[in-house]
Amino acid sequence: MSTATYPAATHPAAAAYAEPDSRIGLAGNLRHIGALTRRNLVRIKADPESMLDALLVPIIFTLLFVYVFGGAVSGSQQEYKQYMIPGLLGTTGLNLAMAVGTGLNTDFQTGVMDRFRTLPIARSSVLIGKMLAEACRGMISFAVLISFSLILGLQLKTGPLGVLAAVGLSMVFGMSMVWISMLLGLVMRSAQAVQGVSMIVIMPLQFGSSIFAPTSTMPHWLQTFTRYNPLSNLADACRSLINGGPLAHSVTMVLVWSVAVTAITAPLAVARFRKKA
Amino acid sequence: MTQTATAPNDQGQQHTESRTDSGNAVEARGIVKHFGETKALDGVDLTVQQGTVRGVLGPNGAGKTTLIRVLSTLIKPDAGSAFVGGFDVLRQPKQLRRTIGLTGQYASVDELLSGYENLYLIGRLLDLSRKEAKARATELLERFSLTEAAKREAKTYSGGMRRRLDLAASMIGRPQVLFLDEPTTGLDPRTRNEVWDEVQRMVREGSTVLLTTQYMEEAEQLADDLTVIDRGRVIAAGSVAGLKAQVGGQTLQVRATHPAELPEMARCLAEAGILGATVSADAGVLAVPITGDEQLTAVIGVLGTRGFGVAGIDTQVPSLDEVFLTITGKSGSAPADKETQA
Repeated sequence: MSTATYPAATHPAAAAYAEPDSRIGLAGNLRHIGALTRRNLVRIKADPESMLDALLVPIIFTLLFVYVFGGAVSGSQQEYKQYMIPGLLGTTGLNLAMAVGTGLNTDFQTGVMDRFRTLPIARSSVLIGKMLAEACRGMISFAVLISFSLILGLQLKTGPLGVLAAVGLSMVFGMSMVWISMLLGLVMRSAQAVQGVSMIVIMPLQFGSSIFAPTSTMPHWLQTFTRYNPLSNLADACRSLINGGPLAHSVTMVLVWSVAVTAITAPLAVARFRKKA
Repeated sequence: MTQTATAPNDQGQQHTESRTDSGNAVEARGIVKHFGETKALDGVDLTVQQGTVRGVLGPNGAGKTTLIRVLSTLIKPDAGSAFVGGFDVLRQPKQLRRTIGLTGQYASVDELLSGYENLYLIGRLLDLSRKEAKARATELLERFSLTEAAKREAKTYSGGMRRRLDLAASMIGRPQVLFLDEPTTGLDPRTRNEVWDEVQRMVREGSTVLLTTQYMEEAEQLADDLTVIDRGRVIAAGSVAGLKAQVGGQTLQVRATHPAELPEMARCLAEAGILGATVSADAGVLAVPITGDEQLTAVIGVLGTRGFGVAGIDTQVPSLDEVFLTITGKSGSAPADKETQA
């Protein structure tokens, strides 16, 4: 049992050669990550309201934009569906990423993190467990959005592989945003603050992009902003993946953004996490 | 080995060895921890012998929680060394975490998870197999009378149930050393007694316990030894009995059959060399400070041979409240006065 290691390790030599952080091993780490992912999934089940934003927001946005603005923006609702829904699909990964920061913040506030930190587990498994649970939630979110869009009459012009590629790209971008979310979660004082700040950051990025409307009628300064806004690249890429069209530039830009954001924020977030956790 | 020789706190080796000799489950030397300008811990020494309970007593802000957090590897000390179960808090945190359990003001259960899911999760994180984790969770829920609430989310639990779940969570890994940070703060007396019973049971089963508390009664009830800290410093340490003796001996309360004889009784005792008896006429009682059992016998002897009628005798031991007030009152003038290890 757990106490069996005690006499051996008190031996001075054993103590000197102990490498505490390398002792968990792959199997142990996977077990811990599995248990923590399960924990986060059980939490989602226990708090179904938390699924609302993953399930309802895409539906509401789709309905609202297609039927309220669709005709005005694109001339026909069908055309607008093909324009807007792929863009919305692209941002799903981002929305999920933001939940990681909120969840992390809650764990620190409630003392659950302290409990984990007194257990012989790698701290990173707490984080990975959160990300995996969010990915599961993401799969549900994507499935709901795509099924609902198909009911509304979205045409998958490039076939299922194109849609899968769009989902994959959305997740890649979302994974790079996880680090920003994590930084917010570690710096902010409350989960509500994390959520508030995330909204303030996401809203302008979402609307100041090519997701909902073509940028050609926007003022010049805004066009400049949207051109460099990664969400525009992401929306354009998903559009081309689902409707067909040029891919090289937009996909490259999304990947460049993802790598750049990860390269800058991941070390900061991990350092902050290590210090705090 | 070269790594150890150049490490800043290489006296760790000797401590590891002396632990084996002394049988101390917890051994801390000169722990210092600053938070900005505040010195939360200012050179705290503390030992807990294997299989015993040490109470850490002190007012709010004395540094009790900080001490627990250092010993359970939640924060790193700025100076000093500490060993728990023979493992160094700084160099062997992973092994150390296998030997401890923590229940406290801060370490908590997941409110959205059921009692069972909480315990199962911790079992899995402690590398129990699915089957073992399940069995252990069920066993502890039973033991802490939570079986009926096992499937309910922890947020629906009462304060006492939550604290019991917290205790159960810290016991999943059968910890060798249990840290309890104010385990009964905010609990009603009945629930508090339940928690006490559980702690005593853990000790009977061989756990070593380090417990912080603000309640003298709790320390008296559970602890073998006490460390009193104030403003990050140890101001007294020793056995519960030893500390009481340090503050002063017992007081005899002699009730006279005829209260009118009380002044005469005091005079006779003084003649016999037993000084300091005070008459409280209202209560009909003579209070006699004594330092030991011989004096108790002497008082009875003197009063008997002189033919006084004695209706009753009580011995009054100073309460820990009094002990604490005496020590903290003294600490300003004589901070070096400590360690009366029995």
